[in-house]
Amino acid sequence: MVVPIAYYLVLSAILFSIGVAAFLIKRNIISIFMSIELMLNAVNLTFVAFAHQWHQVSGQIFVFFVMVVAAAEAAVGLAIIIAIFRTRNTLDVDHVDLMKL
Amino acid sequence: MTSSLHLWLIPLVPFAGFLVNGLLGRRFPKALVTTVALIATLIPFVQVANIALHFSSLTLPYTEQVATWITAGNFHADFAFALDQLTLIMLLVVTGVGFLIHIYSVGYMAEEEGYWRFFAYLNLFMFFMLTLVLAENFLLMFVGWEGVGLASYLLIGFYLTKDSAANAGKKAFVVNRIGDFGFLLAMFLLIAHFGTLSFSEVFNQVAQHPEWQGGFLTAIALFLILGATGKSAQIPLYVWLPDAMEGPTPVSALIHAATMVTAGVYMVVRTHVIFDRSPFALSTIAVIGTATALFAATIGLVQTDIKRVLAYSTVSQLGYMFLACGVAAYSSGIFHLLTHAFFKALLFLSAGSVIHALSGEQDMRVMGGLRKKIPITFWTMTMAVFAISGFPPFAGFFSKDEILYQAFISPNGLGKILWFIGLFTAGLTSFYMFRLWYLTFFGESRAQATTAHDDHGHGHGHGVHESSWVMLTPLVILAILSGIGGWVGVPEAMGGHAEIAHFLSPVTGAAHEAAEGRSMELLLAAVSVTVAVIGWFIAHLMYFAKPALPAQLASKVRGLYSLLLNKYWVDELYGAVVVAPLLLISRYVLKGLFDTGVITGGGMAIGYSAQGLGALVQRVQSGNIRSYAGWLALGAAALLLLTYVGFGTHLLFR
Repeated sequence: MVVPIAYYLVLSAILFSIGVAAFLIKRNIISIFMSIELMLNAVNLTFVAFAHQWHQVSGQIFVFFVMVVAAAEAAVGLAIIIAIFRTRNTLDVDHVDLMKL
Repeated sequence: MTSSLHLWLIPLVPFAGFLVNGLLGRRFPKALVTTVALIATLIPFVQVANIALHFSSLTLPYTEQVATWITAGNFHADFAFALDQLTLIMLLVVTGVGFLIHIYSVGYMAEEEGYWRFFAYLNLFMFFMLTLVLAENFLLMFVGWEGVGLASYLLIGFYLTKDSAANAGKKAFVVNRIGDFGFLLAMFLLIAHFGTLSFSEVFNQVAQHPEWQGGFLTAIALFLILGATGKSAQIPLYVWLPDAMEGPTPVSALIHAATMVTAGVYMVVRTHVIFDRSPFALSTIAVIGTATALFAATIGLVQTDIKRVLAYSTVSQLGYMFLACGVAAYSSGIFHLLTHAFFKALLFLSAGSVIHALSGEQDMRVMGGLRKKIPITFWTMTMAVFAISGFPPFAGFFSKDEILYQAFISPNGLGKILWFIGLFTAGLTSFYMFRLWYLTFFGESRAQATTAHDDHGHGHGHGVHESSWVMLTPLVILAILSGIGGWVGVPEAMGGHAEIAHFLSPVTGAAHEAAEGRSMELLLAAVSVTVAVIGWFIAHLMYFAKPALPAQLASKVRGLYSLLLNKYWVDELYGAVVVAPLLLISRYVLKGLFDTGVITGGGMAIGYSAQGLGALVQRVQSGNIRSYAGWLALGAAALLLLTYVGFGTHLLFR
């Protein structure tokens, strides 16, 4: 049987919405970071679903690009998070509201 | 004669003198300053004298194009100098009298502070005056015109620690600016109508269009008259000249008697082609000149400061020159300018010698009895007094008589009235000059012991003393010139040849001749001599024979006397009508309303509104990441909504 594309899109929308909600609500920087990843992957799911539907390979390739960029982003982001924790001893975004120390 | 006369050297040499003395003079010893200044005026004089000697072999008018100054479209103005008969006479007066006064200043200023500064300014004045005289177009003339005003300002305010001197300088400058404004407007009109400012081109165009009468030529002429009244101290702009006497006496002699103040007369004669086409402008000049002559002479009757008497007499004599121009007797005007330069410079320098002798005293009421103490000054002053009062055969007689005669025979309907007022003024002139003569040199000394003013004479020896030969030599030379200077213009009626009128005729046109002929001219001359004698006689009566008479007379006509003594309250009138409203408008409207209100207020309003807006907007940028995230999400949602609803397409394509 073939899963209709609407299912994939609904799942992707649900995942994205969870990601947005978490991004807005969470205070811990790592949680915010994870919610960004969640949004990215929700979008990836849409890409793959459409690629499969229209038999186009470009959607798949986009996904690889997104993964690579996400990996790079994760590396930089985690480094920043470590630096913030070392200087401020906290990961609460509400306490990180100044550029200077 | 070589092909080039190098006219440009004439103004430039004094300018070099100014630069040397002005920049380095402070460190120079006095002798060096003197040498530089004298050489810088001697060279132009020698050059002019050389030109004068070879004058008959020149082709005139001679012009010299030094460089291009301004080129804009069809309009161009050049550094160009011109030489003709009129220029030559002016050059001789300026360099000759200027050089004599430089020599005199060496003695007069010897003890003053800022000796080098004085000579630097004098040389600067010579530069601008020679530029004015030599200029071939209106614009270059205007440079000289403004420049002599600047030099005059600097020299009137020479005693810069003295408040009255600084104020007098400012007054001269401001009043002159009003006249200069007229000159500027005249130049704009000239550009608009002729497209050029060159004298020869403008005059050629006028000559080619005999149908041009009055109209815009009258407008140009009237603006030029305004300019001339400013520089030459005529009604209504004469008020600065009497105050200009605050300057050192050689300055009064050079700038405010012999040369600069005659620039207006020179300008009118130079541009007479324009005036000839406008009978209205000519009548205006004649009336202004005559009114000024009478007005200033009446003020001069009662003044007690020796230099002020001379200042008002200068204003009055300039009025005569204007009268001559107004009846189109230009060569007579220049003739009087020439003789006036001699005897008025002599009067001032002699007065300076008197002041010098009295260690700075200028009040005639405390002079007296100086005839025996300073005999050479007395005799030179006597020559000048006789010259200005119009006694034959001294210089002033011929020139003044020529003007009165020309006014009498002028076709202008006002001619006879102008002649009569001029004649009456001649009587007044004779009276106040002899009054000065008697008060200064005759009777007993009225000096209180050691009441010297502080203006001049720090460090002079005490007691009345004759001046040194440096000062007396120019006096003697000028006295000789005042005696014989008029002989170049002896009218044919008296057996002369009126050389100066013939000499100038290529520039000014031939002089008028009366239908009545020569007997009329002789009769008029006899009348004016009689009037001068009457003036002398009354002065003799009042100030020599019966010294108590003036005071009695003054108390009898107290109102008239105080009116004259206070110079018709003109300064006060100008103060109330012009200066006070200007000050009020400046202080309250311009400064209070406009400057503080509009400009400062506007600037403040812009600044504060930017600050307020910034304070409002800066709240968005709180630094709180989650608020940024919120805005971001909100924005994304809005965009999404927009896409879904299709806001743009709905508006655009439905």
